[in-house]
Amino acid sequence: MTGSTAILASMAAHLLAAGGIAMPRIDYTAILPELILLGGMLVLVLVSSLSPRPLPTEAYATATVGIGIASLVASLVLWRDVSDHGPFTAVARAVNVDGFGVLFLVLVSCILVVAPLLAAGHLRREGVGGCEYYVLALISGSGAMFMATANDLVLIFLALEILSIPLYILAGFDHLRESSGEAAMKYFVLGAFSSAIFVYGIALTYGATGSTNLAQIAAFLARNVVTSDGVLLGGLALLLVGFAFKVAAVPFHMWTPDVYQGSPTPATGFMASMAKAGGFAALLRVFVTTFPTLRGTWQPAIWVIAVLTLVLGAVVALVQSDVKRMLAYSSINHAGFVLLGLQAATARGVAGSVFYLFTYSFLVLGSFAVVSAVGGKGDERHGLERYRGLGRRQPALAVTFAVLLLAQAGAPFTTGFFAKFYVVEAAVSAHSYALAAVAMGTAAVAAFFYLRLVFLMFSDVGRTIPTHEGAATGGTPTDTLEMPSAGGVATLVAAPVAALVEVAEPDPAIVAVSPWVAAGLVLCVATTLVFGVWPQPLVDFAHQATLII
Amino acid sequence: MTASAFGPILTAGITGGQQAFPFLTALVLVPAGAAVLVMLLPRSATWAIRAAGMAATLAVLGIAAAVLDQFQAGFGGYQMVSEHPWIAPLGISWTLGVDGISLFLVLMSAVLFPVALAGATARENPKSFTAWVLFLEAACLGSFLSIDVLLFFLFFEATLVPVYFLIAGWGHERRGYAATKFFLYTFAASAFMLVGIVSLVFIHQGQTGVTTFDIRELASTHLSGTADIVLFLSFTAAFAVKAPVFPFHTWSPDAYGESPAAGSVLLAGVMAKLGTYGIIRFDLGLFPHAVVVLAPLLLTLGVVGIIYGGIVAAVQHDLKRLVAYSSLAHLGFIVVGLFALTGESLSGAVLQMVNHGIYTAALFLLIAMIYRRRGTFAIPKLKGLQSSAPVLAAVFTVVMLASIGVPGLNGFVGEFLILSGTFLTHRWWAVAATGGVVVAAAYFLWAYQRVFHGKAEPVTGEAPFAEMTWREALVLAPLVVLIVALGVYPQPVLERITPSVDALVLHVEQAAHPRIPLAGQPVSGTLAARTSTAYSSSVTLQLGTGGERVPATRATGRETKGART
Repeated sequence: MTGSTAILASMAAHLLAAGGIAMPRIDYTAILPELILLGGMLVLVLVSSLSPRPLPTEAYATATVGIGIASLVASLVLWRDVSDHGPFTAVARAVNVDGFGVLFLVLVSCILVVAPLLAAGHLRREGVGGCEYYVLALISGSGAMFMATANDLVLIFLALEILSIPLYILAGFDHLRESSGEAAMKYFVLGAFSSAIFVYGIALTYGATGSTNLAQIAAFLARNVVTSDGVLLGGLALLLVGFAFKVAAVPFHMWTPDVYQGSPTPATGFMASMAKAGGFAALLRVFVTTFPTLRGTWQPAIWVIAVLTLVLGAVVALVQSDVKRMLAYSSINHAGFVLLGLQAATARGVAGSVFYLFTYSFLVLGSFAVVSAVGGKGDERHGLERYRGLGRRQPALAVTFAVLLLAQAGAPFTTGFFAKFYVVEAAVSAHSYALAAVAMGTAAVAAFFYLRLVFLMFSDVGRTIPTHEGAATGGTPTDTLEMPSAGGVATLVAAPVAALVEVAEPDPAIVAVSPWVAAGLVLCVATTLVFGVWPQPLVDFAHQATLII
Repeated sequence: MTASAFGPILTAGITGGQQAFPFLTALVLVPAGAAVLVMLLPRSATWAIRAAGMAATLAVLGIAAAVLDQFQAGFGGYQMVSEHPWIAPLGISWTLGVDGISLFLVLMSAVLFPVALAGATARENPKSFTAWVLFLEAACLGSFLSIDVLLFFLFFEATLVPVYFLIAGWGHERRGYAATKFFLYTFAASAFMLVGIVSLVFIHQGQTGVTTFDIRELASTHLSGTADIVLFLSFTAAFAVKAPVFPFHTWSPDAYGESPAAGSVLLAGVMAKLGTYGIIRFDLGLFPHAVVVLAPLLLTLGVVGIIYGGIVAAVQHDLKRLVAYSSLAHLGFIVVGLFALTGESLSGAVLQMVNHGIYTAALFLLIAMIYRRRGTFAIPKLKGLQSSAPVLAAVFTVVMLASIGVPGLNGFVGEFLILSGTFLTHRWWAVAATGGVVVAAAYFLWAYQRVFHGKAEPVTGEAPFAEMTWREALVLAPLVVLIVALGVYPQPVLERITPSVDALVLHVEQAAHPRIPLAGQPVSGTLAARTSTAYSSSVTLQLGTGGERVPATRATGRETKGART
C-alpha cells in the first residue's frame, strides 16, 4: 500500500503549496448512517472491555441489530430528504448523497440487521464469543456505505480498504480451524494486490484528467477530447480490475471459492453480500457517471467480463460436491447478472443492478446461514450428502433452504425471478440481446445445481423410511412445520420461528438452529416471498436509484 | 353468426366490463389459498387435509361451471376480463380473461384436478402432496387465463416447481433423474422465452410509447422479418418442449413414467396443454407472419411426432411409457391442427386438447389401478386381466377406443376436424398424419390383447386380480361420461370454441397477407381456401346438429372446393 501513501503525500504537498489545508465544512447529517455504525461500534468495544464478565454473543448481536436499525432509520430519513429536496453533495464534494447512494445505505443497514442474527448461533456453537465479530461487521458496513456515497476516487479507495480489511479478519475469524486462516491469508494477499492495482488506476486517471473528484473527471472528459488516451484507458482498465476483484468477476474471481469455503460460514454470507454491495455501488457510480463519454470503450469489456462471469460461475458450480464451494461459484454467476445492468449503462440498468443486489443479499445471507447450521459443530460438514433427507428430519429448515435456493434459481413468485427479469429487461432495452440470452441460458444451467440440493433434501418425503433408518433418526419425522391451530397474528409471526428452532439433540442427524438464526431466516424468507408476490414497493424503491454527478 | 361478429377481436373486445364477482381471479386464488391452508394444517390430520383438498378442487370446478354459464357463446373475444395493475412501473398487470380457446381447457383442468386427487392421492405425507397439487392447479389455471404475457410466463414457470416436487417426492424408482430432467428441459427452453417477451415489449414500446405486457396490445406490434422469426422461435422453443413436440420430447417418457399416478394424470392431461395452448395463444396471436412462414416446418415436426410416437409406443414393454409415447403422437395431431391454420383444424385442435386431457387422464388412472394390484407396469408380466376384472377391462376398452379415435367417442371428433381441416391446405401432411391413426389402433389393441386377454398365470402368493372398486368407478365415471358425451354431442363445445378460433384465423390472415405471396408459391389460392373454410365450416357447425355433424363437415369441404372452382 505504498501507492496510497505516495498519492496522499503528493496531494498533501500540493495542498500545502497552495496555502495550507483548508478544512471543509462537514455536514454530519449527510454521513449520519456511517457515523451511527462507527459510533455503535465504539460503544460495543467499550462495553465489552468495561463489562466485568464476558457478555453472551446474543447480547452483542442484539446490540448490532439495534445499531443496524438506527442506521436504517437514518438512511430512510436521508432517502426522504433526497426524494423531497433532491440530491446533494457534502464534505467538500467528496460525499454524494443521491438516490443511488442512499439506496445502498439502506441495503447495507438491512444486511447489518439480518447478518448478526444469522451469525449468533454459529459463534456460540464454535465458542468464539466476544464483540469482535460484530465490531468488524460494523466497520466493514461503514466502509460499504462510504463506497456507495463516495464522490472521489481517493475516498472510494479508503472506503474500499475500510470495507475489506475487516473482511480479511472475518475470513480468519475461526482461528482454531486451519482452513479459515488459509482463507484469510489468501484473501488478504490477493486483496492487497488488487488494492494496489486500484490505486495505480487512480493515479493514472488523475494523471490523465487532473482530478480525483468524480464530477470533475466527468466534466473534464465532457469538455476535452483526450487524443492520446493511453494513460486514461490504462487507468480505467486498472480501476475495473480492482472492482472486478472485489465483486468476484471472472477472470478476477480466483480467490472466491477458496475464501468462501474456508471462512466461517456466516462470515462467508456476510462477505458475499457486503463486498458485492460496496463493490458494485462504486463500480456502477464510477463507470456510469464518471466515464459515460468512454462508454464505447468499456461497454465491450464489461460485456466480455459479464459473459465469462455468467458462464464460468454456472458451469463450474455444476461439478462441486461441497455446498459452500458450490454457492461460491453460484455467487460468481450472480455477479454476472448484476453486470448486465452495468453493461446496459442506463438508468434502467442501474435500477436493475440495485434491485438484484437487494434481493441477492437476503438470499445469500440466508443460504449460508442454513449451510452453517447444517455444517454442525466444527463448521466442516458441507458435503452434498449431508443434505440427504433433511426434508424429513427438519422440514422447516429444508423448506427455508429450498425457498432460498429456488429463488436464487429464479423461480417465479420469488424476488429472484424479478431480479433476473429486471436486469434482463435492462439488457434487452440496451439491445444486448445476446448477453441477455447467455444470462438466461446460464440461469437454466444454474437451476441444475440448486435443484440437485433441493432433491437431496426432499427425495424421500413421499417414502416410508425402512425401520433401520427410522431408528437412526430417533424422534423423526419431527413435525416442526406444524403450526398451532389456535392463535392470532402473533402466533403467525412466531410460529415459523418456533418451527425452525431446534435444540441440539443427542441425535447427530438433527442440527441445532438457535432462535436468533431462526428469526434471521424467517426475515430472509419473508422478504423473498412477500416481495416476490408483491414486488411493487421494491421496484419503486429501485427506481429511485438515480445517479447524479 | 356473421362476419362482423368475428371482428378484429384480438385487439379489442371486452364484454361486460368488470364482473361483479371476479370469477377468474377466484379460479386462481382459491386453490392457491387452499394450498396455504393445507400447509398450515397439522400433518396428522390426514382426513382434514384430504377433505380440504377435495373441497378446494370441487369449489374450483363449481366456479369454472359458473364461468361456463356466464360465457357468451358466439363472441370470440376475451370475456369476464379482470384487470388490476400489479407492478405498474414495469407495465405488468394482473389481467385475466377467458375466450373460447381457454374456456374448455380451464374446465378440463377443473375436472381433472379433483379426479386426480380422488383417484391417485399419495399415501405417504398427504399434506405436502395435496398442497403441491393445489399449487399446481393455481398455476395451471393462471396460465390458461392470463392475458398479460409476463403473468402467463410467471404461471407457466410456476407449474414446474410443484411438478418437480411431486415427481421427486412421490415418484417411482428413477424419480430424481426424471424430475431434474423435466425441470431443466422446460426451464432452459423457457429461459429464452423471457428474453423474447422482453424484446417484444420493447419493440412495441418503441412503436407506441406504451410499456405493456397485454397480449391484446402486443398483437398489433409491427415486426421486421428477422425479429418476427427469432421471437417466434424463442416462444415456440418453450412451448415445443412443454407440449412436447418431436424432437423435444425426450424428457416426457421419463417424467410421465416415473411420476406418481396423479403426476402423470396432471402432466399429460393438463400441463401438456400449456404448450399447445401457448402456441395457439401467443405464437398465432403475436407472430402470425412467422407462423405462416414456418408452418411447414412445424407441420412436419407434428407429423413426424405422430408416426414416431406411434412406432415407439408399439414396442414399449411398460404401459406407462406406452401411454407417454401415444401422448406424443396425439400432441403431434394437435400441432398439425394448429399450424394448418384453417378454422376447422384449429377448432379441432382446441377440442382435441380437451379430449386428450380427458382420455389420457383416464388411461393413466386405469394403469395406476393395475399397478396398485400387480405392482408393475410391465406388459409381459400382465396377462388375462379381463377374466377376473371384466368391468375394469370394459372401461379400459372404452377409454382406449376413444384414444384410438373411434367414432362416437370424443377422440374421433377432434382428430377428424384436424385431419379434414389440414387436408384443405396441407394435403400430404394430412395423408401422412392419417397413417398415425392406423398405428395408434395397432399399438393400443396389441397392448390390450397382451394385458387383458389370455389366461392369467397365477403366481404363488399373489392375490387374484381384483375387480374395480366402487370408489375407483366413481373416480372414472365423470371421465367416461365426458368421453361419450363429447363424442356424441360436441356441438355446445364447438360453438363456443369456433368464434374465437375464427377471429384468430382472421387475425393471422390479415397480418400475414401483405407480405405474401412468397417467391414461387401459389399462396393466394390457399389463402382463399383457408378463409372460406374458416367461415363455411363454422357456419355449418353452427347449423348442424350433433348427430349430423360429420357429414356436415364433409359437405363443407365440398362446398369450399366448389366455391373455388
